[in-house]
Amino acid sequence: MNVASQNTLPLNSAVAETDFDVEAIRRDFPVLHQEINGHPLAYLDNAASSQRPQSVIDAVRYYEEHDHANVHRGVHTLSQRATDAYEGGREKIRAFINAESNQEIIYVRGATEAINLVAQSYGRSRMQAGDEIVITTMEHHSNIVPWQLLAEQTGVRLRVIPITRRGELELEAVDELLNERTRLLSVVYISNALGTINPVKTLIDKAHSRGIPVMLDAAQAAPHTRIDVQALDCDFLAMSGHKMYGPTGIGILYGKRSLLEAMPPYQGGGEMILAVNFERSVYNELPYKFEAGTPNISGAIGLGAAVDYLQAIGLERISRYEHKLLRYATEKLESIPELKIVGTAREKASVISFTVDGVHPHDLGTIVDSEGVAIRTGHHCAMPVMEFFGVPATARASFAFYNTTAEIDALANALQTALGVLR
Amino acid sequence: MDLRELYQDIIVDHNRSPRNFRVPEHYDRMADGFNPLCGDKLHVYLSVDDNRVTDVSFQGSGCAISVASASLMTEAVKGLTEQEARALFEDVHKALTGDEDAVDLERLGKLAAISGVRAFPSRVKCASLCWHTLTAALDQQDTAVSTE
Ligand SMILES: Cc1ncc(COP(=O)(O)O)c(C=O)c1O
Repeated sequence: MNVASQNTLPLNSAVAETDFDVEAIRRDFPVLHQEINGHPLAYLDNAASSQRPQSVIDAVRYYEEHDHANVHRGVHTLSQRATDAYEGGREKIRAFINAESNQEIIYVRGATEAINLVAQSYGRSRMQAGDEIVITTMEHHSNIVPWQLLAEQTGVRLRVIPITRRGELELEAVDELLNERTRLLSVVYISNALGTINPVKTLIDKAHSRGIPVMLDAAQAAPHTRIDVQALDCDFLAMSGHKMYGPTGIGILYGKRSLLEAMPPYQGGGEMILAVNFERSVYNELPYKFEAGTPNISGAIGLGAAVDYLQAIGLERISRYEHKLLRYATEKLESIPELKIVGTAREKASVISFTVDGVHPHDLGTIVDSEGVAIRTGHHCAMPVMEFFGVPATARASFAFYNTTAEIDALANALQTALGVLR
Repeated sequence: MDLRELYQDIIVDHNRSPRNFRVPEHYDRMADGFNPLCGDKLHVYLSVDDNRVTDVSFQGSGCAISVASASLMTEAVKGLTEQEARALFEDVHKALTGDEDAVDLERLGKLAAISGVRAFPSRVKCASLCWHTLTAALDQQDTAVSTE
């Protein structure tokens, strides 16, 4: 990942990159073209959930209008078509993250369910009292609470890699925390609260040199950066469809086949079995062993279309453009004296958390909304991060490749309005 | 959407310089209020003498709406009986959530300023947190109360 190293172009011309036609891209996203409170919508809450391009909306709609049936169950034509589309999505996602096999791509509800699946299936079957799981201070609650539940069930201990004032991991601490008791390292790839891009390859190498498997929470990474699970050599990886321009209620757990094969099912039901009698059931092969019940078929198809869309633009171009937005926004916001950016890692994705002296984030959120600007305010499901920085909450602007410098200007202007109203 | 409906001068003023914003040396009852959604935290302290609120103050951190609402609340309930304070909350609650016509804003006096949140449903909890906390203090619940 070299997003932070491309800092050479002058600011404004840098954003008006010739090979990136943001206006053409914006035309692909119907939701962007509306007014909110009499102002053009500036949607800067992409880390919470991104918008869908027309191609995703159309793919889901086409399926609903022509092909819907249950998957893997019928010999009739619609069931066949639905199955093909559903499995087609799996293949697209496999290629997107360069997994070796489709059997390693498990459809789940989202990153949250992916992590819970690993905690309950892998964790519960392999770990016991005295074992340790290592996470970091900057985890989303979804990479904290599933391990706490596991800790209550098994007695495993949760250990936490600290962060610096910049919002970077304290890498020296990693060597101490990874020890012979460690059974898993589970780390956020890109922090939703700080924007920090963690040095996951280094962490994976450190862990593997001690025989420790690694789970990556890639909910924020998937839409911003090229992921290659084989190059990374991560053991598990979690993604959410709705953060990568796909539908809600669908996500992916990637797992190495050898690990998944040895794991017990997460939930029981239809689809995940080959044969059932009252003595014993025979589980289905991968990935179906982990897909109990009728799945979110339209979601999977929509996610496949989202991946097609991202591939067509290219993750490298997306990263480059978003990084320019990040630089522009950082300079713009830093020019407001009352504003303080929370999270100043050297490697950052296009997420800016900030506080404004004398104006609570919640008020900021309401006031900028009155000028059409959508940002997130609150603890961003990362309360330990808020505690570390000693703030109850922050405001957060998070940019997608369909955002523009004009929208960043709208944010800066709206923040001035907030200062005017409340100070 | 009119921001000035929400951030009326009186709200801005009470946010900037909240009244009765202190931990008293003596108090009879207190309660904590917490809104996990935005991290707002309030502590409300009461002195009660013969069923009458003789002193009320608060501490904590929160958005302008929650701080101003708490500040206005302390001014309004001081000197009221417990029953009157509870009845006032009912009126305030109606002003925050209810039908515009159903509320007698005159009767609320300064507190009426907070009724601007009605147009901002996501902010109603900010305005009501202090009142829930007050109720908990009146009930003499020692546990933290939450708007969630
Ligand atoms: C870093 C990170 N991990 C996990 C999640 C959880 O994703 P979901 O709610 O889609 O399961 C999020 C969502 O905010 C996130 O930002």
